[in-house]
Amino acid sequence: MKQLLIALGGLSFVFLISCGGGGETASQSPAATAQEAEPPKADPKGIGEVKEVNLTDPLEESMITTGKAIYEMKCSACHKLTDQRVVGPGWAGVTNKRRPEWIMNMITNVDVMLAEDPQAQKLLEECLTRMPNQGVSIGDARALLEFMRKNDVETVGEKDQAANQI
Amino acid sequence: MKTNTIFLTLFFLLVLGAVFLTDCSQRTTQTIVEGDAAQQAYVPPGEYDEFYAFMSGGFSGQVTAYGLPSGRLLKEIPVFSKYPENGYGYSEETKAMFNTSYGEVPWDDSHHIELSQTDGEFDGRWLFVNGNNTPRIARVDLTTFETVEILEIPDVAGLHCAPFITENSEYLVSGTRFSVPIPQEDVGIDTYQENFKGLINYVSVDPEEGHMELAFQIEMPGYNYDLARNGKGKSHGWSFLTTYNSEQAHTLLEVNASQKDKDLLAIVNWKKAEEYLEQGKGQTRETSFYHNLMDESTSIVNSTEVTETTILNPQDCPGMVYFIPVPKSPHGCDVDPTGEFIVGNGKLSADMSIYSFDKLMAAIESEDFAGDINGIPIINYESGLHGILQKPGLGPLHTEFDGKGNAYTTFFISSEVVKWDVESLEVLDRQSTFYSPGHLVIPGGETRKPEGKYLVAMNKITKDRYLPTGPELAHSAQLFDISGEKMKLVLDFPTKGEPHYAQAISAGKIVPNVKKFYRIEDNGHPRAAKGEGQARVEREGKEVHVYMTAIRSHLAPDNIEGIKMDDEVYFHITNLEQDWDVPHGFAVQGATNAELLVMPGQTRTLKWKPFKPGVFAFYCTDFCSALHQEMSGYVRVSPANSDVPLKWGLNNENTTATNMREQAEQQLAQRVDD
Ligand SMILES: [Cu+2]
Repeated sequence: MKQLLIALGGLSFVFLISCGGGGETASQSPAATAQEAEPPKADPKGIGEVKEVNLTDPLEESMITTGKAIYEMKCSACHKLTDQRVVGPGWAGVTNKRRPEWIMNMITNVDVMLAEDPQAQKLLEECLTRMPNQGVSIGDARALLEFMRKNDVETVGEKDQAANQI
Repeated sequence: MKTNTIFLTLFFLLVLGAVFLTDCSQRTTQTIVEGDAAQQAYVPPGEYDEFYAFMSGGFSGQVTAYGLPSGRLLKEIPVFSKYPENGYGYSEETKAMFNTSYGEVPWDDSHHIELSQTDGEFDGRWLFVNGNNTPRIARVDLTTFETVEILEIPDVAGLHCAPFITENSEYLVSGTRFSVPIPQEDVGIDTYQENFKGLINYVSVDPEEGHMELAFQIEMPGYNYDLARNGKGKSHGWSFLTTYNSEQAHTLLEVNASQKDKDLLAIVNWKKAEEYLEQGKGQTRETSFYHNLMDESTSIVNSTEVTETTILNPQDCPGMVYFIPVPKSPHGCDVDPTGEFIVGNGKLSADMSIYSFDKLMAAIESEDFAGDINGIPIINYESGLHGILQKPGLGPLHTEFDGKGNAYTTFFISSEVVKWDVESLEVLDRQSTFYSPGHLVIPGGETRKPEGKYLVAMNKITKDRYLPTGPELAHSAQLFDISGEKMKLVLDFPTKGEPHYAQAISAGKIVPNVKKFYRIEDNGHPRAAKGEGQARVEREGKEVHVYMTAIRSHLAPDNIEGIKMDDEVYFHITNLEQDWDVPHGFAVQGATNAELLVMPGQTRTLKWKPFKPGVFAFYCTDFCSALHQEMSGYVRVSPANSDVPLKWGLNNENTTATNMREQAEQQLAQRVDD
């Protein structure tokens, strides 16, 4: 999954270069302004109410069931369970790339994350569609996380690899 | 008779002269606007207006919401006219809102805004407005700014005198503008005096849900009922209604209905009416009217025909209705914040009569009457009078109050607003308007607690105010600062249709309750697709139902095949967004009705009839994201006898998981909410 992270980072790097280099009015573009300012320090937990998530094994079946139902209703239009990106990134392996706190903050505090979190901003640059605020409660976001963990076991055979990322 | 006519003609000439004269003299911006006026109306970017003003849209049939003091149009709320912008009245869910006993009536003439009240103050829950032509009353939910209910009023014509609210929203009171034969029958119009009747109607409002019900009607003499107000405070329990044409003329009313020196103000004790109703004094009669109500969980309008009404007759119900003379051709009828003073204005009288509730009650107590009409006692004019405001201007129409003991009256003919003291009947100030104001509004000006900071005059004529736009000009509304001793003109702004009345309320009473999206979990629409996995196409005989979802930035399914020429296609669009201000639109080529605008979490249905074989595009009409242009798809139509199978998909995947929906719903039901 390290490779994946690097690949993702590389992609957005390419994007930034082409954006900055291609535009004649580079100094006015938001990307350029962001570069001038002190680059914000990325918090692997993201920004939001979720500060600490306790992951348990085995997986919590009732949370998986709830998480799946919410996924189908509010997320599946943009996120596949494979690694295929459609409107948003595919979910396969997501818990190996992001801390559980980051994932839950992204779901429940998406506007702030898109405005301030460097990882979320990178994703926006790739996908070019703002992730909508889907009105998911913190409890439901936790259930979604459990569903993602299960999905990671099934699709990439490994989960929670980024749980203690610093 | 003849002298009367001559007098009238002279009067009109005089009045015309007054208009002409005032038009020419001292009507320049320089003389009436002071230096800092613009600053007072200016609301800087990022800041909110202090008040919402809801204006009726007159012949547009709609309601508009403006910010005060900026005068910015915030929203047009469709009520009585179909609205292609969002498919209101065209979508399958909202079509039934236009059902009436006359069939589907897709337009009206909206007149008077009434906000719901608790303890005589606006509570910010609902807004009521009348349809004048096809008599009906609508309710707008102020959490969504959507019309959620329309109730027809039977056996009346021109429901002008409506829908005036009581201080705890117990009732909406209305009266017929035109008396008609009851029940309707084929009679000579010259039998007006014997066959035509007027009804005063009481619609009850459910305190929890706001649902309306026609509680009872009172059968009255065949006059024209024009405007009404309900008592407040000490006069709570009483209604006051102005009437004209007490002559019961039926032709050339402008002369024949102005014969008498005075017309009549009807005074109804509705608490007494409730008692009589309970005692069974009401008579039920067969009739027909429609009640259209939106189900909150499905957002589908259900329409029911009601076939019975209960009538109370004043002859059987002593002490329920009284009359008192009022100046000729009255229009406005307004009750001050204390509930003690009732202002009756005659359009064709230079004087205004101000009645005292205490004196009216004393006169009733001592039976100080000057005869009766069909058993309805007429209170002696002088006995009920607080006093007469003499010659304050020409053509007094409407009065509002500032809560500091002052009243403000519009004068249609002399084009001005006049401020006067309710207690001492002294004129305190007058300001010109441009031109011919009808109603005026002060935030809370008809309640027990007016917020006397601003006044808006709604003018009928607009010459020289805006850029010319052809033979017609927008009507103008003018904002006055009334916080000081003298009124100060601050701003004028154009309005939609011809607003007949407005009510204004503190934005703070509405903003916290505004709904930001519909919870997709709570969407009870039977054809909702709650998640893209539920997107599908189903054939039910000749009907094809497309369960489509919309989210930034695609529609699912986006390719549909297997539709045949004889089919009726129903596009049920569910907007999966749960973020506010992200509606998605839906338009399909060859749609003969409208487009849809679907709010976040809501489902709306557009019926579409294939018109020729081919492949037709559909797309989202509301620019929603960088990939909005890509939010589109195709529907293929084949000849009626072809055997193209039903097929749909997204990204060439058939989303056929029909049992996925059941699964998801079961799972949701099991889910513990945290
Ligand atoms: Cu869209």
